[in-house]
Amino acid sequence: MKVLVAVKRVVDYNVKVRVKTDGSDVDIANVKMSMNPFDEIAVEEAVRLKEAGKASEIVVVSLGVTQCQETIRTALAMGADRGVLVETDATLQPLAVAKLLKAVIDKEQPQLVILGKQAIDDDANQTGQMLAALTGFPQGTFASKVDVAGNELTVTREIDGGLETLQISLPAVITTDLRLNEPRFIKLPNIMAAKKKPIETLTPAALNVDVTPRLTVVKVAEPAARAAGKKVASVAELVEKLRTEAKVL
Amino acid sequence: MSVLVIAEHDNHQLKAATLKTIAAARKISSDIHVLVAGHQCGAVAEAAAKAAGVTKVRVADGEALAHQLAENMGTLIAGIAKEYEAVLAPATTAGKNYLPRAAALCDMAMVSDIVAVESADTFVRPIYAGNVLATVKSSDAVKFVTVRTTAFDADDSNSGSAAIEAVAAVADSGKSRFISAEMAKYDRPELTAARVVVSGGRALASADNFKSVLTPLADKLGAALGASRAAVDAGYAPNDYQVGQTGKVVAPDIYFAIGISGAIQHLAGMSSSKVIVAINKDEEAPIFQVADYGIVGDLFTIVPELEKAL
Ligand SMILES: Cc1cc2nc3c(=O)[nH]c(=O)nc-3n(C[C@H](O)[C@H](O)[C@H](O)COP(=O)(O)OP(=O)(O)OC[C@H]3O[C@@H](n4cnc5c(N)ncnc54)[C@H](O)[C@@H]3O)c2cc1C
Ligand SMILES: Cc1cc2nc3c(=O)[nH]c(=O)nc-3n(C[C@H](O)[C@H](O)[C@H](O)COP(=O)(O)OP(=O)(O)OC[C@H]3O[C@@H](n4cnc5c(N)ncnc54)[C@H](O)[C@@H]3O)c2cc1C
Repeated sequence: MKVLVAVKRVVDYNVKVRVKTDGSDVDIANVKMSMNPFDEIAVEEAVRLKEAGKASEIVVVSLGVTQCQETIRTALAMGADRGVLVETDATLQPLAVAKLLKAVIDKEQPQLVILGKQAIDDDANQTGQMLAALTGFPQGTFASKVDVAGNELTVTREIDGGLETLQISLPAVITTDLRLNEPRFIKLPNIMAAKKKPIETLTPAALNVDVTPRLTVVKVAEPAARAAGKKVASVAELVEKLRTEAKVL
Repeated sequence: MSVLVIAEHDNHQLKAATLKTIAAARKISSDIHVLVAGHQCGAVAEAAAKAAGVTKVRVADGEALAHQLAENMGTLIAGIAKEYEAVLAPATTAGKNYLPRAAALCDMAMVSDIVAVESADTFVRPIYAGNVLATVKSSDAVKFVTVRTTAFDADDSNSGSAAIEAVAAVADSGKSRFISAEMAKYDRPELTAARVVVSGGRALASADNFKSVLTPLADKLGAALGASRAAVDAGYAPNDYQVGQTGKVVAPDIYFAIGISGAIQHLAGMSSSKVIVAINKDEEAPIFQVADYGIVGDLFTIVPELEKAL
C-alpha cells in the first residue's frame, strides 16, 4: 500500500505572531518555521504503517515556497521515502491546496492519504475533507486510532462528547488528531540519509490547477488584550471578590 | 435570498449549537431554513420549526443519514446548497467534518469558525490560536461558513412556527460505515454551554486526583469539567475535556484554571471567559497575565478549601 502524506510549513507553535502595522497581514518575516505538529503525527503514522509491513512506500507532499523543502526533508528523516514539492509563491487557500493534492494523487495513485486535522497558523480544518470530496474518497477525520486490514480501514475519531469508530474503504483520506501517536525524535544519521532521498519539484501550472484565492483578507487585527487582574491572598478573599466585585457567584 | 442552517442533533434532540448558528444566520438574512438530516428525526424537525427566526424546516430522513456520515451529508448538502446565499453549520466536530466536504463538491471555499458577521459576505475569524483576528470576504456565490457557537447568543424564545417539508434523503455512499460510538455520560452541563467551568492541568498528576480534587468543586458550582492538553495526553481526563486551540472553545461566566500554566494554545480556548480564576503554585505562570483573580499556592490545599468556602 502506497501512502501519501501532506506536510505544511507553518510558523512554529512557540512563536507569538504579530500583525503588521498597516493591518494587512501577519508579520512572519524572520520567525521560526516548523512542520505543522499535526503533520508530524501524520508522517509518524505512515512510518509506523511501513514498519508494520502494511505500507510499501511513503510519499510526502508540501505546497508552497522553496523552503518547504526543509519541511519535506524533516519528513524524509522521520522515515518517508521521497518528496514532492509543488512550488509556488502564491497564497494557497484550503480549496486550492486540495485541488493541488488531488492532481498529485492522480499521478501517484496512493491507497491512503494522511493529513493533519488543522494547520496551526490558519486553523482552517478543511483541507482533508475537501480533498476527500474532490477525489471521491471516504474520510476519517480527527483520527485517534487507525487500523488497516485488507481493503478496509477502521478509524476511531475524536468527536464532541466521546469517540466514534467508522469503517471506511480504501482509497481513503485520514486527518490526524493529537492522540493518534507521539512523533519520534529524529536521529542524526537519519538526517544525513534524508539528504540523499529524492524530491521532485512541480508547479501549479504544470498540474493545471487554478489556485486563485476565493477569500480575500480585508484586514487582520490583534484581539483586545485581557488585562491581568489581581492576586488575592486567601480563599476567603477570592470568594468575597467573586461575590461582591465580579458578581458571578 | 435565504440562508440554510444545518441542524446539530442526535435524532432525538435539537442541540443548542443550532440556535447559536441560527443567531449568526439572522445577521445575514431574515429568511432562514434549517436542514435536519438524520433518521427518525421528526422530533428534531418539530423543535427546529419552533426556533425563533426560522422560516422553513427541511427534513432529510433516511438510514444513510442516521450517523451523519460525511460522505452522505456532503452529497445531501451540496445538492441543495445552490438554492441559498449561505450555508452555515456550527463549528462542532460534526460541522467541521461534513461542511468542507460539501463546499468542495460545489467548488466553493469555506470560512471556518467565525466569531462575527460583518456583512453578508464578510466575516471575522480567529487565526494563530486566537492571537490574530482576520476579517475575510468571500467572492463565492454560496458562502459556506462554520460558526463558533460561543460567539453568538441563542434566542431560545421558541417563538417560531415554520413549515416543515421533506427533502429526498441521499443513497448511502457504500464507502463508509458506522461501527460504534463511546459517548461519555455526564451528569453535569456540557462544556461549551456551561456557566461555570472547572479545568485542571498537568499538576493534578493522576486521573484519581483529577476526579477526587476537582469533582467536589465542580459539583458545588454546577460546573462542567475541562482540562489542558497535558492533562488529557497523560490520561487524567477524557479527550473531549480538552480546552484550547485544538480542543473546545469555552466562554463561561467563570473559568477556573487549576494547575494550568497558560500556554497560548490553552488560552485560545478560554480567554473569552467573563471571569478567569487561576490557582497555581508558580507566581510567574503566564496564566496570571489573563486571570482576573489569582491565588498563588498548592492546588491540593486551595481547591478543597475553596469548595468548603462556597
Ligand atoms: C493573516 C493571513 C492572511 C492570509 N491571507 C490570504 C489571502 O489573502 N489569500 C490567500 O489565498 N490565502 C491567505 N492566507 C493563507 C491561507 O488562508 C491558508 O494558508 C490556507 O487557508 C490553508 O489553511 P490551513 O493550512 O489552515 O488548512 P487546514 O485545512 O487547517 O490544513 C490541514 C492539513 O492540510 C495539509 N496542508 C494544508 N496546506 C498545505 C500545504 N501548503 N502543503 C502541504 N499540505 C498542506 C496539511 O496536512 C495540514 O495539516 C492567509 C493566512 C493568514 C494567516
Ligand atoms: C499543536 C499543538 C496544539 C495544542 N493544543 C492545545 C490545546 O488545545 N489545549 C491545551 O491546553 N494545550 C494545547 N497544547 C499544549 C500546550 O502548548 C501546553 O503544553 C499545555 O497547555 C500545558 O498544559 P498544562 O498547563 O496543564 O501543563 P504545564 O504547562 O506543565 O503546567 C502545569 C502548571 O501547574 C502548576 N503546578 C504544578 N503543581 C502545582 C500544585 N501542586 N498546585 C498548583 N499549581 C501547580 C505549575 O506551576 C504549572 O504552571 C497544544 C500544543 C501543540 C503543539
